[in-house]
Amino acid sequence: MTADAASSPESPRRPGPAHRPPTAADRLARLLALVPYVVSRKVVGMAETASAFGVSERELVDDLNLLWCVELRSPDPYCPIDLSYEGGEIVVSEAESISRPLRLGVDEASALLVALRMLAELPGIGDRSALGRTIAKLEAAAGAAAGPSAQVAVQVDTSAEQAALAEVTAALADARRVHLSYYVPGRDEATERDVDPMRLVMVDGRSYLEGWCRRAGAVRLFRLDRILAIKVLDLAAQVPAEAEPVDVDQGLFRPSPHDIRIELEVSTAGRWVAEYYPCEEVEELGDGRLRVSLRTPDTRWVRRLALRLGADGRVVGPPVVARLVAEDARAALAQYA
Amino acid sequence: MSRRKTERLLSLVVCLLSANRYLTAAQIREAVPGYPESFEAFKRMFERDKDELRELGIPLETGSNSGSDDEPGYRISRQAYMLPEIRLEPDEAAVLGLAARVWRRAELAGAAEGALLKLRAAGIEAEDTTQPGIEPRLQTGEAAFGPLWEAVRDGRAVSFSYRGVGRSQAQQRRLEPWGVVNRNGRWYVVGQDTDRGEQRVFRLSRIEGAVSFTGAAGAVQVPAGADVRAAVRAWDFEPPAQHTGVLRVRGGAGHGLRRHAVRAEPAQEPGWDTLWVPYADNGWWSEHLASFGSDVIVLEPADLRDAVIGRLEGVLA
Repeated sequence: MTADAASSPESPRRPGPAHRPPTAADRLARLLALVPYVVSRKVVGMAETASAFGVSERELVDDLNLLWCVELRSPDPYCPIDLSYEGGEIVVSEAESISRPLRLGVDEASALLVALRMLAELPGIGDRSALGRTIAKLEAAAGAAAGPSAQVAVQVDTSAEQAALAEVTAALADARRVHLSYYVPGRDEATERDVDPMRLVMVDGRSYLEGWCRRAGAVRLFRLDRILAIKVLDLAAQVPAEAEPVDVDQGLFRPSPHDIRIELEVSTAGRWVAEYYPCEEVEELGDGRLRVSLRTPDTRWVRRLALRLGADGRVVGPPVVARLVAEDARAALAQYA
Repeated sequence: MSRRKTERLLSLVVCLLSANRYLTAAQIREAVPGYPESFEAFKRMFERDKDELRELGIPLETGSNSGSDDEPGYRISRQAYMLPEIRLEPDEAAVLGLAARVWRRAELAGAAEGALLKLRAAGIEAEDTTQPGIEPRLQTGEAAFGPLWEAVRDGRAVSFSYRGVGRSQAQQRRLEPWGVVNRNGRWYVVGQDTDRGEQRVFRLSRIEGAVSFTGAAGAVQVPAGADVRAAVRAWDFEPPAQHTGVLRVRGGAGHGLRRHAVRAEPAQEPGWDTLWVPYADNGWWSEHLASFGSDVIVLEPADLRDAVIGRLEGVLA
């Protein structure tokens, strides 16, 4: 992936929850939403509905047929739901008992409320007033189900990002090129570059400007708290067609097969390394010691990491990196001699 | 997924919602097609169906229409079932769309999608149209998030194996959880540590193995005035910088240090600068300075200088 980000990864890769095949209950939930979806819109197109529910038009037809076929037998047989979908347009003419959607569950209300409250705390993100109004309306609609969401909180300390944030959002809004002085801690370097902004990405409590870096000729992520200076240029951003946004959900830092594999052994005091960096492998060695393997395109940050760890960690391989670390340590100690 | 089962569950919901009164199991069996002939088999299937409906959040109530009825019946109150009226302005619907994306592929992603589906069904067009250039995400890579959220939600005590910082062995901990907090991208759980009799904060990434539920739902009472956010903030607290380190830093290097320097001037040796940088903790700070290798030399104070030299010697040990 991007050299700047990958040279100083900050968070382990995190897989999403496992996907399970849909059950009869999942489909029931969809059907109970489908009827009010159509009722509240009076008449709605098949294609639009299928896409709103994430199903194919064939599956949608099957859902509609299933609804239409519902029959209760007592006291006399009757069909409580009447609908039609002729000419690609759905109309529900009879569905009194399920014409409104089911209430929000606790998990559902919490997922949205926690996210909305998080956004409301992030400066520069979303419309503060709209967020406040939405939170209030959702709390009212969810009723008691909104309660437990107060026991989940998200806090992001954005003080280090404030300086750059306003310029980044302005550049994104106006589609303008920016000039960055950007600090790369892995190499302890300040770099100068022009970037055509693509997105503002927030993952794991950190904000990144994603953009086309004209110096690298590639998509790069720039951590906002490492932007030393930013200037919005009087030039339109030109993001080339081949610029592929990073799939945020796959993790920001994906090793490339060309990266070097580094092996480290750390003591109990160095275990934070496994928590902090995306490791390929982590092996317990007993007594709290670990062997961790990570991949990186640039060994400079590993050398700095090894100096930081001191006796709490040791580069096991490749040997050339271990040798460089020893040279670094000797050179540094020579300054104190 | 069985179509017949979906049909039966749907008929059951419609039947109970339309009835406006309690229906006995026998009445339900008569009205809803798809149940087996044998009463025993019907009872078993009906029990499972009731569980599935409750699992979906459908408020299935048990009771009787009047005191004289011997047999309890079942009903779904429309009032309890229906999502109350909710209308959103276009700007509100837009931020809702943005919020629903926050959990994408994380623990509550399915719940966020389910909520959005119901709100769309209520007539809301929650499309994320504003600020297309913004992608906020919350991630839940820690395996303990799911069970701990359940425990907090349901008020259940838990137990887990936890390895604190610097501990060579994990310890079994028992907790009455009050809340889960994400601070700067890391998840924490806050609650009453029942062994220590005190409020404690645990970082989820340091929980090893499975979280087990040790208490009944509803047993944990969150004390009035408990502030889980403040607890995590205090845990994560950085002490104020009370010391000042004097450093000699090679020109063009140590940018991170230069940003925090309170004073900087060219050193006597050409190509070097002298920086005065405030710091709080000798331990972390000496590790940080050691990472700059030969580009940074600590001049003062002596204990910081010795700590950095100790780190560097440790590399060669």
